[in-house]
Amino acid sequence: MRTLDFDVAVIGGGPAGMAAALAAQKAGAKTVILERDVRLGGILNQCIHQGFGLHYFGEEMTGPEYADKFRKKVEKKDITVMLECMVLSLDKNKTVTALSPEYGLCKINAGAIVLAMGCRERTAGAIALAGSRPAGIYTAGMAQKICNVDGYLVGKDVVILGSGDIGLIMARRMTTEGASVKLVLELMPYSSGLKRNIVQCLDDYGIPIKYSHTITRVEGYPRLTGLYYAPVGEDRKPILEQEEYIACDTLLLSVGLIPENDLLSGLDVEMSRVTQGAVVDEKRMTSFDGVFSCGNVLHVHDLVDNVSEEAEIAGNSAAEYALGKYADTAEYVNVTATDGVRYALPQRISKGEGKVRVFFRVGDVYRNCKLVAECGEEQILSKKFMVLAPGEMGSVELDKSRISGDVVVRLKK
Amino acid sequence: MNTICIMCPMGCPLTVEQEGDEIKVAGNTCKRGDKYGRDEFTAPKRSITTLVNISGGGVASVKTSDSVPKERIFDVIAEIGKLVADENVKIGDRIAENLLGLGVDVLITGRK
Repeated sequence: MRTLDFDVAVIGGGPAGMAAALAAQKAGAKTVILERDVRLGGILNQCIHQGFGLHYFGEEMTGPEYADKFRKKVEKKDITVMLECMVLSLDKNKTVTALSPEYGLCKINAGAIVLAMGCRERTAGAIALAGSRPAGIYTAGMAQKICNVDGYLVGKDVVILGSGDIGLIMARRMTTEGASVKLVLELMPYSSGLKRNIVQCLDDYGIPIKYSHTITRVEGYPRLTGLYYAPVGEDRKPILEQEEYIACDTLLLSVGLIPENDLLSGLDVEMSRVTQGAVVDEKRMTSFDGVFSCGNVLHVHDLVDNVSEEAEIAGNSAAEYALGKYADTAEYVNVTATDGVRYALPQRISKGEGKVRVFFRVGDVYRNCKLVAECGEEQILSKKFMVLAPGEMGSVELDKSRISGDVVVRLKK
Repeated sequence: MNTICIMCPMGCPLTVEQEGDEIKVAGNTCKRGDKYGRDEFTAPKRSITTLVNISGGGVASVKTSDSVPKERIFDVIAEIGKLVADENVKIGDRIAENLLGLGVDVLITGRK
């Protein structure tokens, strides 16, 4: 078996992996990207709509263009890229076992690992969708790939469950490609997608959305012929007396994303039950020394621009670690979230000087609220927000010199 | 006209009405909402992203170089649908100019 040696091995070649590898290489590390697809870019390659790069590049572009900018940077640098490379395992010595067309079954020894595997969509099985199991039921992202990359439309009469951004984007995409999107159903009383997408993907095309509604069962075999749906009560359980039927040949599911952390099963890495990613410090190091995490495998982002920034932190830190330049900070404090804040990340911050940006996500829609950070009795930060919504990640900057102990992030009316 | 402002996560519900020569925006909480409401009322525009066929098979993603009037979205998409890109086409290539006389070009944004 071939063995390859690198300072930093980046698992995943999407936006997080590319930015992490560039930062690691810039910091002087011999770097490899392991990507299972035939090209770099990850999910961006299928996101042909606009809206990427406003923060990071200062211009609005499409997903493939954003990916291409990073891909070209990677090509110009001395970074090894292994495509169609499937990582099978990651062991305690930070050795990666992978399958690649060039090297066959191989081992990659690395001084530090950056996890950048992204996330997967929740499926019909994951939400225990009732009814038959016909053709015509796709996750929204899968339909997006089949449409935008392969050039096939997955159906004609479409219902979409869930109003996450991919679902909304696909409502418009299917419509402009000639399909009829009959209805969008959302379990919650609000959308988890961006306002902009509600207006420009649904309202522009007259596509109705029903909030606080869900599917009760699907029908048809071998192809989907229709489905039943009903409003839900406050317990989010369907009120079956008010069930209605709608004919359709396609159902797209946009019901959440799960960070793809299967590779960590062999390692003793502390995981967050909320983000379903690893628990990290501000350098994005996990509880396993030398293993870093960034992008959607760490926590699901709304904006790729934030992914790129976070990945640069992880990549740079991984290089420092591998090259023996990692400052071993003596003391860490924990960051926890409560009172309306679902999570705050990083979950650990080292004591010292300087600023640290803390990302957070709330569990409901809050207007005219204050986000505060407290160390015991002392309030170390307070920031007003006109609105906070689950679909839009927020961030605040903490002054490290004010941190005296564990930090609690909460909402105050 | 009723719409939702998309300038920030607030998502203010806007009502835009014309009284004589004056356009009135209500429901906004800031200046940006006022401008958004006016623009949406007088001349709503959208940029378009879709696909074109590639000679020899497959598709490439494209965008319009600028936004087009909202009511022309389907005309623009139909017109772009008639285009066939050369198989050597690259990201950034211009494959049509001044589409439907709207002053926008069609640019390749991605391909397999």
